[in-house]
Amino acid sequence: MNRSNRILPVYAGDVSGCCSALFELGGMTVIHDPSGCNSTYNTHDETRWYDHDSLIFITALRERDAILGNDEKVVRDVVDAARELRPRFIAITNSPIPFIAGTDFAALCKLIEQQAGIPCFYVRSNGMHDYSVGAGGALAAIAERFVEPAAVQLGTLNLLGVTPLDFCRDEQVSDLHRFVREAGFEELSCWAMGSDLDELAQAAKAQVNLVVSATGLPAARVLRERFGTPYVVGAPVGAFSAQLAEALRQAASTGACLWPCRDGRTPAADGTHCVVGEPVSAGSLAAARELQEGVPYRVVCPLEAPRELLASGDALADGEEEVEAALAQATLVIADKLYETACPPTAELIVRPHLAFSGRYAFVE
Amino acid sequence: MLKRIGPSVVRAADACSTSLFTPKLEFNPPVHEPWNIVHLGLLVPEAHQVYVCAINCMRGVVLTAQEMGAADRFSCVILKEEDIVRGTVEEVTLEGITDVLNKLPELPPCVQVFPVCTHHFLGINMAHIYRELEQRFPSVDFVRAFMDPIMNSRLSPDQRLRRVMYDPLPPCEADEKLVAHLGSDFSLSASCELRALLADGGYRLTDLQSCADYAAFKALAQAGTFVATYPNALRGIEHLAHRLSRRFLYLPSCFGYDEIEAQHRQVAEALGTPQPDYAAEVARCEEALAATHAEIASAPIAIDMAAHPRPLGIARLLLEHGFNVTEVYLDVVNPEEADALEWLKEHAPELQLSSIGLPELRVASREREERTLAIGPKAAWFTGTGNFVNIVEGGNLWGFAGIRELAGLMRDAWATEKDTRDIVPRKGLGCVSCV
Repeated sequence: MNRSNRILPVYAGDVSGCCSALFELGGMTVIHDPSGCNSTYNTHDETRWYDHDSLIFITALRERDAILGNDEKVVRDVVDAARELRPRFIAITNSPIPFIAGTDFAALCKLIEQQAGIPCFYVRSNGMHDYSVGAGGALAAIAERFVEPAAVQLGTLNLLGVTPLDFCRDEQVSDLHRFVREAGFEELSCWAMGSDLDELAQAAKAQVNLVVSATGLPAARVLRERFGTPYVVGAPVGAFSAQLAEALRQAASTGACLWPCRDGRTPAADGTHCVVGEPVSAGSLAAARELQEGVPYRVVCPLEAPRELLASGDALADGEEEVEAALAQATLVIADKLYETACPPTAELIVRPHLAFSGRYAFVE
Repeated sequence: MLKRIGPSVVRAADACSTSLFTPKLEFNPPVHEPWNIVHLGLLVPEAHQVYVCAINCMRGVVLTAQEMGAADRFSCVILKEEDIVRGTVEEVTLEGITDVLNKLPELPPCVQVFPVCTHHFLGINMAHIYRELEQRFPSVDFVRAFMDPIMNSRLSPDQRLRRVMYDPLPPCEADEKLVAHLGSDFSLSASCELRALLADGGYRLTDLQSCADYAAFKALAQAGTFVATYPNALRGIEHLAHRLSRRFLYLPSCFGYDEIEAQHRQVAEALGTPQPDYAAEVARCEEALAATHAEIASAPIAIDMAAHPRPLGIARLLLEHGFNVTEVYLDVVNPEEADALEWLKEHAPELQLSSIGLPELRVASREREERTLAIGPKAAWFTGTGNFVNIVEGGNLWGFAGIRELAGLMRDAWATEKDTRDIVPRKGLGCVSCV
């Protein structure tokens, strides 16, 4: 049964993904939820919570208000907080009960925006999807709502899909910046670590976008649709970095969207070598290992990522049983340490910490 | 209307015991030491927990179990959007729990099941699910817990668990000389005078924390007297005593000499135990408090309700002994503290009662001009101090010894600065923590 996990935890949820993506942008994110979502997010999924005062709150939804549809309280409380704290924008997201109750979030956002005089938008979630859905939706909303048309500057790019959930160590983010420089591009914005909303709003100037995780793909598509900006899907890893840099140059010159983390790999028919995790970084790592070792790697993706991010021979694995089945033939697995129990006993595990999976436990030696 | 100093702070003089702050959006400080239902439920030896919920709700509890090294005592059944749309939540709940239990290497004697808010709102027939589970696994005690924070008209998930976790205790003959202290996260302190008084009266004291296995847990039912000292356990342990036809004593941890003396008299009356030399006990407390005051003097003190369910009682005790209590962090007034609040209104009208969760607190200054002593991890975070008494859920403070212990903890905290950044984000103070 793919609903029961005896040994594996679950990935960060869509609500955490939304909060993480918007954390540094100066907005106010409100989770329409009774309790728990904010605590889960800031305990396990957010490494910046102690040191940075980002405005992320819950509505503290109660039984009576949910049943009677007391949305006026939500509007009033959000508007009151916004008037006090003056965020750049207001994002609303939610856990399961408002979804079940059929809350009209579009109307709520419209009311809040009218009353607070601050842009307000909804990031679709319901607590039942993984972080890539929530973070992807949040960044796409920024791309829809705040990016202004602008003349393209040659040799520039935006990094899309950078959150601590996938890039939990500082050096991972600095590696991205260094790669961009070494590839000969100027970085206009990083979505969304280290850049503010004003920088993101200038994203239409970029000649190309680099999607470094699945969470960046929805925003890349919005920017493609609105401004025609091509995108390249892949993260710089080892020997694959040269291919990725070449793909960026090619996309910049032709305007085509390229998927080197998927297309640059040989199908892994037997699944003896596997990388488990977020599909863009896992696919990029698989490509790098293949270049280095000459052995094709299977990407096992336990997220709700679009199938097109995966190569033939890769596996979308929904739940513990499917992960175990995808790894059944593995002799070498690269994954977060909590996958150890899902690996065949004889397989070698190379640990690759992933905050979105094992949370802050990822950092425990 | 309350007169406020700021949106999230009210003077004691202006405070209303039933409504300190208007509910608004809520902020969650990065302080995670208080226990949650994973820590609490897993106090039952050999118990296994199964949560049935969406991944966003699952994440906090499954990683709690991971961090406390108890992942092998925890399983997940994941609800998806399609279950809501297709109406398969009931089926997934029943078959999912069945599936995880069938996958376990050994069937546990006790399974604590946690459905969620979704089950209430969809009208899921949990009675049917438990009937089926009990037919499929007749050797298992299924505990009917909930993780349903939206249901504020009922017991909170914490209160409910403190009640239902004892449901497996069977009717049996009472051992009148056995007293069970139940419903608290911690055992009573070794120095607690209640231990000595019960022993002098010929009683044996037991508790959940001392149970080595599930059989020992079930043997708690033999106690002739059940004692609760933690407010969230009141209704649960009272219910247990009523169900098993046992004597029940509610002796909440408190900080007033009169109230402590009254509790001792209550115990003596019910059990015939000797009473302590009250004057001597009070004198020893006075001595401990004076020694602490000599070191801390007029330094500002902040107290939070995560440390103890009687923060106002602590404030009163300290103010009566010359300490400079300046802030108390709490969102509601424990009904047991109505008298303490009245005293503070009269004797410390300028004392600041501050919210823990209102949005303004996210950006409020966490720097204080003077070195501050905090009692509790949230007060430590809000005041930016490393000098703090690190206790949660009341610690194991009780009686006269509890006052002396608190005085000692304050002295230690004042003398030695802690690494607040490292300590307070850890979950479940007193539990195993891998982080």
